Amino acid sequence: MTENIVVTSGKGGVGKTTTSASIAVGLAKRGKKVAVIDFDVGLRNLDLIMGCERRVVYDFVNVIHNECTLKQALIRDKRYETLYVLAASQTRDKDALTQDGVQRVLDELAADDFDYVVCDSPAGIEKGAFLAMYFADRAIVVVNPEVSSVRDSDRILGLLSSKTRRAEAGNGKVQEHLLLTRYNPARVASGDMMSIADVEEILGIKVVGVIPESEGVLAASNSGVPVILDEASNAGQAYDDAVARLLGDERALRFTEAPKKGFFSRVFGG
Amino acid sequence: MGIFDFLRKGPQNTASLAKNRLTILIQEERDRSGRGAPDYLPMLRRELLEVIRKFVNVDANAVDVKTHKDGDHDVLELSIALPDKASPATASG
Repeated sequence: MTENIVVTSGKGGVGKTTTSASIAVGLAKRGKKVAVIDFDVGLRNLDLIMGCERRVVYDFVNVIHNECTLKQALIRDKRYETLYVLAASQTRDKDALTQDGVQRVLDELAADDFDYVVCDSPAGIEKGAFLAMYFADRAIVVVNPEVSSVRDSDRILGLLSSKTRRAEAGNGKVQEHLLLTRYNPARVASGDMMSIADVEEILGIKVVGVIPESEGVLAASNSGVPVILDEASNAGQAYDDAVARLLGDERALRFTEAPKKGFFSRVFGG
Repeated sequence: MGIFDFLRKGPQNTASLAKNRLTILIQEERDRSGRGAPDYLPMLRRELLEVIRKFVNVDANAVDVKTHKDGDHDVLELSIALPDKASPATASG
């Protein structure tokens, strides 16, 4: 059984591609056969985050337009041999994706015994985002603890429950997971950032992971190594926890409490 | 809280402000889009369609089921579009 997981958010810049890359790597690290697909046609970026930008010859749109085979377009990861990247086209316009074409690619991956297909959605709610979520079995909704991101996530949750193949066929809804990113426990403690509980209560679903705001994320994208592989960074460890929970493990949340303040910072403010 | 905190400016506890604004806004947006409606609606719609098709040949999208709020109670609204010239279904029951 191949499971299609869409990573989506509505709002841009919240960490969809960072999340897609880390989730895909985390699954592959556990021996799963994984393809991660960039649906952001015209604004390809997953290749950079995965560190395979120099090896893109054919892309998703080439496959859909029968200009190459799927095998030719899948880029095998250098670190995990069960992990493959399918890059977005950099030149074509967003109408280059078609529902039939996307379905054909997903069917072919299923026939090739992939365990997971991670679909990295573009921002917005237009065609690319719609096609990324349409065939999903599960959705990871990436949200920042910030008003516009939370509102957009709610729109996306609405679309997941109506504009997907599962919703239309009526055979069970898409399983929704919330992933809170750029979380800053110190700012939550001081009352100027919404807490995990706030966001869960507003959106009515529980988080599958909380990724702390971390210098490791920028360092990882600078070097083309998904942050989950940076075991020294809090963000990397938090992504690893999230992957474990996706696979059914129970793990307590980490890095969600502000560090205890010392005497001086308590007296003089910190 | 440090003893010099009063010297710093800036709004206090904006997070709860954000939460309150979002709670109200998102509820309104869900009501408008018919979300938060009972999850039996799709099944109700399908079964209604089957029943109606025993008597009249209608399109698959001829039945529309939704809920909305009217004052303080919920209203279940059914709308069934019949074809221009209703042709009775051939199979009986």
